[in-house]
Amino acid sequence: MNLTLKIWRQKNANVKGGMETYKVENISPDSSFLEMLDILNDQLINEGKEPVAFDHDCREGICGMCSLQINGEPHGPGRGITTCQLHMRKFRDGDTIYIEPFRAKAFPVIKDLVVDRTAFDRIQHAGGYISVNTSGNTQDANAIPVEKEKADKAFDAATCIGCGACVAACKNASAMLFTSAKVSQFALLPQGRIEATERVQNMVKQMDLEGFGNCTNTGACEIECPKGISLENIARMNREYLKASVK
Amino acid sequence: MATLDSKAPQGSLADKWTNHKNNIRLVNPANKRKIDVIVVGTGLAGGSAAATLAELGYNVKAFCYQDSPRRAHSIAAQGGINAAKNYQGDGDSVYRLFYDTIKGGDYRSREANVYRLAEVSANIIDQCVAQGVPFARDYGGLLDNRSFGGVLVSRTFYAKGQTGQQLLLGAYSAMNRQIAKGKIAMYNRHEMLDVVLVDGKARGIIARNLITGEIERHSAHAVVIASGGYGNVFFLSTNAMGSNATAAWKIHKRGAYFANPCYTQIHPTCIPVHGEQQSKLTLMSESLRNDGRIWVPKKLEDAQAVREGKLKPTDIPEEDRDYYLERRYPSFGNLVPRDVASRAAKERCDAGYGIMNNSTKEGVFLDFASAIERYGNEQAHIQGIHNPSKEKITALGEEVIASKYGNLFDMYQQITDDNPYKTPMKIYPAVHYTMGGIWVDYNLMTTVPGLYSIGEANFSDHGANRLGASALMQGLADGYFVLPYTIGDYLADDIRTGPIPTDTPEFDEAEKNVTEGIQRLINNKGKHSVDYFHKKLGHIMWNKVGMARNARGLTEAIKEIAELREQFWKEVNIPGTADEFNQELEKAGRVADFLELGELFARDALERNESCGGHYREEYQTEEGEARRDDENYTYVAAWEYTGKPSEAILHKEDLKFENVELKTRSYK
Repeated sequence: MNLTLKIWRQKNANVKGGMETYKVENISPDSSFLEMLDILNDQLINEGKEPVAFDHDCREGICGMCSLQINGEPHGPGRGITTCQLHMRKFRDGDTIYIEPFRAKAFPVIKDLVVDRTAFDRIQHAGGYISVNTSGNTQDANAIPVEKEKADKAFDAATCIGCGACVAACKNASAMLFTSAKVSQFALLPQGRIEATERVQNMVKQMDLEGFGNCTNTGACEIECPKGISLENIARMNREYLKASVK
Repeated sequence: MATLDSKAPQGSLADKWTNHKNNIRLVNPANKRKIDVIVVGTGLAGGSAAATLAELGYNVKAFCYQDSPRRAHSIAAQGGINAAKNYQGDGDSVYRLFYDTIKGGDYRSREANVYRLAEVSANIIDQCVAQGVPFARDYGGLLDNRSFGGVLVSRTFYAKGQTGQQLLLGAYSAMNRQIAKGKIAMYNRHEMLDVVLVDGKARGIIARNLITGEIERHSAHAVVIASGGYGNVFFLSTNAMGSNATAAWKIHKRGAYFANPCYTQIHPTCIPVHGEQQSKLTLMSESLRNDGRIWVPKKLEDAQAVREGKLKPTDIPEEDRDYYLERRYPSFGNLVPRDVASRAAKERCDAGYGIMNNSTKEGVFLDFASAIERYGNEQAHIQGIHNPSKEKITALGEEVIASKYGNLFDMYQQITDDNPYKTPMKIYPAVHYTMGGIWVDYNLMTTVPGLYSIGEANFSDHGANRLGASALMQGLADGYFVLPYTIGDYLADDIRTGPIPTDTPEFDEAEKNVTEGIQRLINNKGKHSVDYFHKKLGHIMWNKVGMARNARGLTEAIKEIAELREQFWKEVNIPGTADEFNQELEKAGRVADFLELGELFARDALERNESCGGHYREEYQTEEGEARRDDENYTYVAAWEYTGKPSEAILHKEDLKFENVELKTRSYK
């Protein structure tokens, strides 16, 4: 396949960026989108130019490191996948593809397509855990049975990979899908229930401090989420938050 | 050649760890506040260690090259984590887990360590559940288990195909709690580039801030390396693209011995290579072998027709299929250990029965049709459907399969464009996990005082082959339950030391070393990209140091790698500058280290004149093509000392003593 790429280039956070045009040729439809970028970068290096910086790591759709806004969509076309799982067979020979970084005030650009997503970590620091000592003096794991349905729901929420596609997809750059996934995971499990009140209050507070916008129930986040994290979680977080506020 | 002391405690196997804990020194809580510990790497081992050390009261500085600790490659582990809980009542015990692990590792691991691992395994599950890790549960609300290769019990705890993710997020949440308290200082997007020794003890590291390019000095009373494995020396592997050996290799160059580098696990169930543009390989969890049956066509002409796309696998009748694992290993069948399954696949493909339409023709089928039928019938029975149609059975069976392995099936379809519910998966072995690594004693300390290594980065528990669902177990055991105790014994001497200054000649020298290395790379301005060299190294490694090795190939590989390294330093081209975010520079440093490690790897393989686990020497095989071990001459750990060049490394041996198990030929027949 031969393709034209329009890519956002920005040297660092302090300078203005802009779109640049590149051509790549002989791309196998079986290649992944990131392998296509590898080929472009190899080409750029051989031409004595600087390669395009982009985040990626596991290339198995699970680490959450890859990002990219492709033709206006986080992680590009296709549902339920990350950019690293996007394959070139989803495009047509001769296509022009627009590649930009995830856009949100809370995700400043580091370089080219790489953004800083540490705001997510800070939301986690605010309460995304259960306060249990790591000494190993815990009771037997089967001492507290957990309803299968609840365990499954907690698992579904816990599969969030923290990639930030929800934020990038949202017209308000809201982080509610991410935050609510964490809140839900713990709220659904008996072990996490005890701290539920403080957790939801602290995490929501931090989310606002980071400059993420609010949720207006548009639902773009759920559609673009590579892990199918459900809007139900936002509803659950709102319930938890309301409960916590009237306590 | 010196003999290494493992410092394994005396006494009966079952009491060693308890006795050791009772006798090693403790640091009082008030004094822990005066002690700093650096942890490099934030995967299961590093993350759990950082959280626990902080919990105990030490000041922890944690480093990772990713933008968040949550992205460490442990997150990609799929299948599960073993623990001797015997919840299923199928006869499991600490001893059985110990025995399976020793045997599975082809009797090339240390008894005392493996027993300790089995002993603390049950505790890991309790700990993780308390942290909110959502393991799979049955309808009674109790934890569910499944079976993995190399064992005959169901001792594997899991969270669908994303167990590593859930366990890592558990460790990450424990870290977050300590970061929030200020007990862990977290350094994201930082790479450790050297260790600093003062009076022979590890006292700090030199790290590069990957965003600004700044070189930083960080001091501590002890340094823990938890930087994972070195599988990316093969370029194509199941490791994350950034996974690297740099931290481990740098400490090797400063005196830590590197043990058994040739023990590399080739995982039998990966998606085959599609072509030259490929950057990495994707694993399909071993748990699939609980339900998937592996086969190739019985007739050569069928195999060829499949490769040419003229024949669909579903058109090949049962009698024309060779379920070679079930045929060769009737008692373990498709659940033989990974090394055995990988070699069997290679044997069939070498004989011409490969089914993959790629340049190497390498691939075998992993077929779920009979599982779908079996589960479908079972579901029909449960639901009271009499005389169900074939379609109904298939639909019901597919639902069960989807609930067990749905995400893996989706991932497979995404990558290959094939629907694995309707047609068998195509798989082939690929480089996965490295059992070799930094040599450590029973306390997990390297040959350098105050320098520790845990998880995949060390060599300790798996021997020559790692059984499935054991990596997560070792990572968390080391981090949560072993290192936090053993490190106290060493740090007890440091309660009066005070903070370690960084303005000393030792830090000056190490920083200079790092800066010069970076300048050399960035000023080189050659003609090839870093990947060009990495791919070349990978080809040499796979072809001559891969799944099967022989003396001639290894000798050639040693020479070729040295030549390639020389060429790299002459011709590599790194655009940009050192004082900015520069991904090519990051890669270059890592590949430079792989180019040294690869040579030692090949040398270790050449030195070991036997076949064991993941190390298969063609000269040493039985008439049936099984690995032939040489217990008389090779029951030792090969620990290499760096002397300036990998080719001149000095071999030290730790003799492995087996007092509790009898060394037997591994048989899964």
